[in-house]
Amino acid sequence: MVLKAFFPTCCASADSGLLVGRWVPEQSSAVVLAVVHFPFIPIQVKELLAQVQQASRVGVAVLGTWCHRRQESEESLGHFLEGLSAIFSHEPWLQLCRERGSKFWSCKATHRQVPASPGAPGQDQVMLIFYDQRKVLLSQLHPPAALPDHQAGDATASAGGLAAVFDTVARSEVLFRSDQFDEGPVRLSHWQSEGVEASILVELAKQASGPICLLLACLLSLISAASTSRVFKLWPLSFIWSKLSTCEQLRHRLGQLTLIFSTQKAENPAQLMRKANMLVSVFLDVALGLALLSWLHGKDRIGQLADALVPVADHVAEELQHLLQWLMGAPAGLKMNRALDQVLGRFFLYHIHLWISYIHLMSPFIERILWHLGLSACLGLTVALSILSDIIALLTFHIYCFYVYGARLYCMKICGLSSLWRLFRGKKWNVLRQRVDSCSYDLDQLFIGTLLFTILVFLLPTTALYYLVFTLLRLLVVTVQGLIHLLVDLVNSLPLYSLGLRLCRPYRLAAGVKFRVLEHEAGRPLRLLMQEVKVQTSRFSLTRPNAG
Amino acid sequence: MEAEQSFSDICGGRLALQRRYYSPSCREFCVSCPRLSLRSLTAVTCTVWLAAYGLFTLCEKSMILSAAIFITLLGLLGYLHFVKIDQETLLIIDSLGIQMTSSYASGKESTTFIEMGKVKDLVINEAIYMQKVIYYLCILLKDPVEPHGISQVVPVFQSAKPRLDCLIEVYRSCQEILAHQKATSASP
Repeated sequence: MVLKAFFPTCCASADSGLLVGRWVPEQSSAVVLAVVHFPFIPIQVKELLAQVQQASRVGVAVLGTWCHRRQESEESLGHFLEGLSAIFSHEPWLQLCRERGSKFWSCKATHRQVPASPGAPGQDQVMLIFYDQRKVLLSQLHPPAALPDHQAGDATASAGGLAAVFDTVARSEVLFRSDQFDEGPVRLSHWQSEGVEASILVELAKQASGPICLLLACLLSLISAASTSRVFKLWPLSFIWSKLSTCEQLRHRLGQLTLIFSTQKAENPAQLMRKANMLVSVFLDVALGLALLSWLHGKDRIGQLADALVPVADHVAEELQHLLQWLMGAPAGLKMNRALDQVLGRFFLYHIHLWISYIHLMSPFIERILWHLGLSACLGLTVALSILSDIIALLTFHIYCFYVYGARLYCMKICGLSSLWRLFRGKKWNVLRQRVDSCSYDLDQLFIGTLLFTILVFLLPTTALYYLVFTLLRLLVVTVQGLIHLLVDLVNSLPLYSLGLRLCRPYRLAAGVKFRVLEHEAGRPLRLLMQEVKVQTSRFSLTRPNAG
Repeated sequence: MEAEQSFSDICGGRLALQRRYYSPSCREFCVSCPRLSLRSLTAVTCTVWLAAYGLFTLCEKSMILSAAIFITLLGLLGYLHFVKIDQETLLIIDSLGIQMTSSYASGKESTTFIEMGKVKDLVINEAIYMQKVIYYLCILLKDPVEPHGISQVVPVFQSAKPRLDCLIEVYRSCQEILAHQKATSASP
């Protein structure tokens, strides 16, 4: 197999030294993690590597030598480097060399056990693949962490191909802690040599997050314990709680906050993403809610809203009355049964009258209620929207009642019709056997049954029309409520953190890798550059809740 | 080593196949699709603008004309960025994998890389496409569960759709590398 050497781009300009990394024999690839510079004492290098191997369970070893010829007169360095293969024995021994002023590298791999035959592969059979260590570490393309009691090397036996490379780099964090500017016995060069990335704010936040999380977790557990107390399980309260969407939303938010502020660390990157997405969505929610609150409470808008509410309810009731008068006449040219029409129409009109009186009774208190409800917007925009949806449900309660009456009447009529139709044909429904059986009826039973059947059939259009009209009205209200709930779900489950990462730091969300062939000269090893591929925005699915 | 040859696609348009042999273990095949023809562009623009002008004479609103210009521009930009593929490249690297790149007319590139461990074979398949029967080159991926099964078929050069003669050239070259890869991976 072609020998592949994965070389970090940050070490391409480093001084000459030893190559330290891991050899993966199944892929015939050498993953170079760092370069050890002169001067060094071989014993100390071996000690450091043993320490790293124990701490990170990655089989780190000296893979070969790296020679960066800056001046013309460094021939002696070459001989010195060749002598090192006797001290650090590794199979195969890599010798990478870069000339000053030349873009092309030379790479030799010598196998000590296999004698060099005349047909042995030359420099053409070595491939150099450059990779950016920082991006590979942060892109988390490696498989999730193995169980801690696995032996070194066992965990990656199942990870094939490039996953083994990513896994090696990711697990060797211990090696990257000291670099060439530190005062240790061994000077290393790796991605941290270009400058350690850190931010004071992030560090402070990390330090402060521990006690804050503990405090908030205690508070939230108190709240959830209070909410699951026996008081709320009594019948009227539990029924109301289950019907109001505000309580549903509050419960959902409480669950999310408990998850975010739990003192357990996230196990894998997917969980961390989920937590971050939830936190960002909570922040956005609260920010939008506060904006809404400040808009509502300024310029006496609550008063205006309260003043507008009663006339709107009156207007809706008037429209309903007009609708019923239309139904009681000859709607759309259909001829209704006059008596039934009048009965149903007057029944519903009386209901509307009751409803209007109720609204007028409530009107002095509406402004105060709205003001207090408006305060709840500081809990979040989603809570405010859920309250709005509940208010709409309460205000259109009469439409819901009409729908229920119309539906029940229609349902009873259909049941009666089907049963009398069976009687008309001489059959009956056998409850024991759950099927239709033939039955012999007496003459008077048949007579009365047929009479009732014809009555019901002729009254069917009236009931059906009332049912249709009220179902459509109910559907309208349900559609409006559904749109509000859709908006709430959108704010709840939009993965803003992931979208932000995709825009600002796309390598954190890499979907794969791609290779680019760099300039090539015959007789020299092939050089490739490995880069991360950005996740496509079409992969963000919004239908999954808590998308990671 | 670079070589360029011209072939034709299934509709008769001219294609150019560029072959680059970087090393015995790394080869690249680049198929460039026919360019956006001026004739079709002019035809579409004229139809849209004539329709807009017809609507304008009916409604007497000048907003329709500016809207038509906007739509044409946005449509052209969207077409160049999302639909029109200029070049399709297949890069095969022994013991690493196969990479397919599509470059769009606006410069956008979309890349897919398949590791060699997942590749079972590279074959030429026949398919019924609209009213024609065409040949296409595809990569067969191994099934992790069943050793002799195939989990996925990934077609190559989907937008260019070259004819059989071009596919045979690419197929022969790739099979040399795949055969070498199989020989070295079979031996422990």
